[in-house]
Amino acid sequence: MEKGKATIDYKNAVIKIHGLEKAFDDYEVLRGIDLELFQGENLVVLGRSGTGKSVLIKIISGLLTPDKGSVEVLGEDISKLNDRQLQALRIRIGFSFQNSALYDSMTVRKNLEFPLVRNRKNITRKEIDTNVESVLEAVGLSQTINQMPSELSGGQRKRIGIARTLILNPEIMLYDEPTAGLDPITCIEINELINEVQQRYKTSSIIITHDLTCAKSTGDRIAMLLDGQFQRQGSFEEVFHTNDARVKPFFDYNFIQ
Amino acid sequence: MNLTGFIVGLIFTKQSRPSLSVFGAESWLPGLVSIAIMRALAPLVTALITSGKVGSGIGAELGSMRVTEQIDAMEVSGTNPFKFLVCTRVLATTITIPILATFFGVVAVIGGFLNVYVNEGTSWRTFIQQFFEPLTFTDFSASLIKSIVFGFTIGIVGCYQGYYSTKGTEGVGKAANGAVVTAMFLVFIEEIVIVQITSWFR
Repeated sequence: MEKGKATIDYKNAVIKIHGLEKAFDDYEVLRGIDLELFQGENLVVLGRSGTGKSVLIKIISGLLTPDKGSVEVLGEDISKLNDRQLQALRIRIGFSFQNSALYDSMTVRKNLEFPLVRNRKNITRKEIDTNVESVLEAVGLSQTINQMPSELSGGQRKRIGIARTLILNPEIMLYDEPTAGLDPITCIEINELINEVQQRYKTSSIIITHDLTCAKSTGDRIAMLLDGQFQRQGSFEEVFHTNDARVKPFFDYNFIQ
Repeated sequence: MNLTGFIVGLIFTKQSRPSLSVFGAESWLPGLVSIAIMRALAPLVTALITSGKVGSGIGAELGSMRVTEQIDAMEVSGTNPFKFLVCTRVLATTITIPILATFFGVVAVIGGFLNVYVNEGTSWRTFIQQFFEPLTFTDFSASLIKSIVFGFTIGIVGCYQGYYSTKGTEGVGKAANGAVVTAMFLVFIEEIVIVQITSWFR
């Protein structure tokens, strides 16, 4: 499936990263990352397992702190924010986890209500119900409202995870391996959902994946992360139209040609 | 808690009888049982039982939430997981363990009474009169403070072990285990410290 046209404002970067470095003990994961995410853009970060793709978005959402470099999200330098300011910023960022991270002691309804109830103190019951129904409808899973996460399939859990982030109307979406562990049909559905979210909610997104089908169908721009640095950036064709020995095998082994 | 309390009361009374009967002092049994239950057994045994049941449960639950990224999910959705997960659980254990210890004490008294009634034929009224005779306000307040401290310890240790667990499923097991072992160890240390402090006021 080819991606539809999105309105991207290349003058307005919602995320600006400069010289980002992160190491765990002696292992340097990110080694001087520079990156910009533009308003309305879907940026796919590709790379092999363990190259620091998830670390990158965890730093953007403030779950991890960088060792060096600056990370500016929606105009705010996250290293300079206190806990309260960081919490306020996080409401504007949606994070879809690799394993969905649904609260397994709560029903789908409670999972979706949770961010609303915790962040909007004066919200009425009617507003909560309307919001829950709206995001469930957006991900096409209205019938699961009273089910427990354990009763859902992998694809449904991913969708509910995405719905839970959408309920706060985020300006930025961060997807961590959205199609990992799913069958090809469900992968296509998730890819379509990511594009729908971009169009309907006017989000800017970073999509972490090593699935080239997902990258091709959702990405306006692809960034290839190798050895802790971005080696190639551009459209899907630009990134993979290369004889670079570090990039080519990734394409050859991954994509059905 | 019912069964343990009852058996503790019954067995303690039964085991204390031979020592007192050497001096013909079986009538002191209710007083002895009351001091043992109120000053030490009720808060301590309740804390040990709840360390195993509640402490491990909290450790395993939060550990599982940590390794499945549910705590991270809370954090990125603008919720302070510490307030939501830790404060509530610590408050719950701090409030409920004194209540459970009181309940444990009542059931242990019934167990003790049953043994005394069967062996000496002491009436309930006499037993209760003799039971409360040696107790002072210091005993009640020390017991209450002890239970509160134990409850707080069990909650905070369980939460700490779970909240900071790592290494996947193995980490969840370690968190549950660590919650029980550490809480029990601290409960004994606190018991010694509080008994020492209380003895200065007695």
